[in-house]
Amino acid sequence: MIEFRLPSLGADMDRGTLLQWRVEVGQTVKKGDIVAVVDTSKAAVDLEIWVDGTVHRLLTTVGETIPVGAPMALVLAPGEAAPAGVWQPTASPSTPAVPAAPPAPRPTGMPPRADQPIATRARVTPAARRRATELGIAADALHGTGPDGAVTRDDVERAAQPAVPAAAAGAPAAPPGRAAEMRKAIAAAMARSKREIPHYYLTEPIALRAALDWLRAFNAARPMTERVLPAALLLKAVAVALRAVPELNGHLVDGAFIPVAQAHIGVAISLRSGGLVAPAVHDVASKPLSQVMGELADLVQRARAGSLRSSEMSDPTITVTNLGEQAVESVHGIIYPPQVALVGFGRIAERPWVVDGALTVMPAITATLAADHRVSDGHRGAIFLARLRDQLQQPQPLEA
Amino acid sequence: MPMNRSDIRHGVLESLLAIAPEVDAQALDDTRLLRDQVDLDSMDWLNVLLGVHRRFGIDIPETDYARLATLQLIVDYVAQRAR
Repeated sequence: MIEFRLPSLGADMDRGTLLQWRVEVGQTVKKGDIVAVVDTSKAAVDLEIWVDGTVHRLLTTVGETIPVGAPMALVLAPGEAAPAGVWQPTASPSTPAVPAAPPAPRPTGMPPRADQPIATRARVTPAARRRATELGIAADALHGTGPDGAVTRDDVERAAQPAVPAAAAGAPAAPPGRAAEMRKAIAAAMARSKREIPHYYLTEPIALRAALDWLRAFNAARPMTERVLPAALLLKAVAVALRAVPELNGHLVDGAFIPVAQAHIGVAISLRSGGLVAPAVHDVASKPLSQVMGELADLVQRARAGSLRSSEMSDPTITVTNLGEQAVESVHGIIYPPQVALVGFGRIAERPWVVDGALTVMPAITATLAADHRVSDGHRGAIFLARLRDQLQQPQPLEA
Repeated sequence: MPMNRSDIRHGVLESLLAIAPEVDAQALDDTRLLRDQVDLDSMDWLNVLLGVHRRFGIDIPETDYARLATLQLIVDYVAQRAR
């Protein structure tokens, strides 16, 4: 019997609300299948299962909010018979929710306890919770009139009646809603990062003439839909450069650094409604450049549409931010725990540059590294930036 | 299928709104730089141009990307090439 638990989908998540089951009891599932949709403070996320098997029981009901690590479903391994007894949750919550990912960080210090009911919070429908957040009401404290005593949107509206004067017209109407919740989640993760991680910062301006010339020739031979942006080339160069300095790629969990062989690069994507997410492009170093571009484009679109997958949210091993797309020369980022490094790129711009003793005009970019001093030193960080710079002077090998 | 400038402008706007739905199309100035009026990163910009490509069936060489800086310039460009 396998317990399918709510995985951590980032350091800024400590619970989720089940929006939908995508499987039924008795259904056969394969590793990677999407089994449920869960609402986090940032987005609705498609939960993938990490084993093959048959769905035996669904433990979480739609609309229920549960903590990270809580069992959501029981799955029988292939060939396993249904057990006769009554299922009890295992005592230890330390089973990693996603084996390939780090153990779920527990920012609140409140792991789910097996000897407590899984959900001590009132059942609140997602629509009700959204409305309650907009209205600034504690939905969990309300008396529910829905099925099984669930708090419905109507209950929230009723509770809000005395608090919302009819004459509120003219007041600027920007309900906090999801944006406010996301801001709170980002604030919590970043405050934790600044509190716990001894950051060091390195900066290196990198000449891009060779890289941009090569990319132009690469794209000229391709149809419009298969052209590659500099952002994808930079991502690939980061992944390859990380091979030389593996202590920048992985997770720091309970004081121990766990390096990860593949570079699953979290890409900071700003959302049009405000806030940002940083889902991963998986194993960037081993993929051809055109595939990295395709996956990056797909990821950006899905992030903006709010349809990310759990593996993308839970397992980035480093983050890259391309803030220079807008206007800045450089960005000194805040590491996203449990990761230990963040690479920032500024704007690509023409700059005065000295080549062989002569002044010339050069397209260039400023790369920065923020890294965790508990795991690496500036010397190693400098080696990473030097590798990155060198990769971009000889871009051709990045194609394969 | 004849296409006048207003049809083209409408199609280009739809491509833009598909990527940046928060944009108030009424407030756009056709002759000002699009990037100054709309929050578009390089991936967004590529997707807008891909939308134009699909909608009007024209291929846009990468060397032309930088020229297409205003709504009016894009409409001119499409009008010259679309059949």
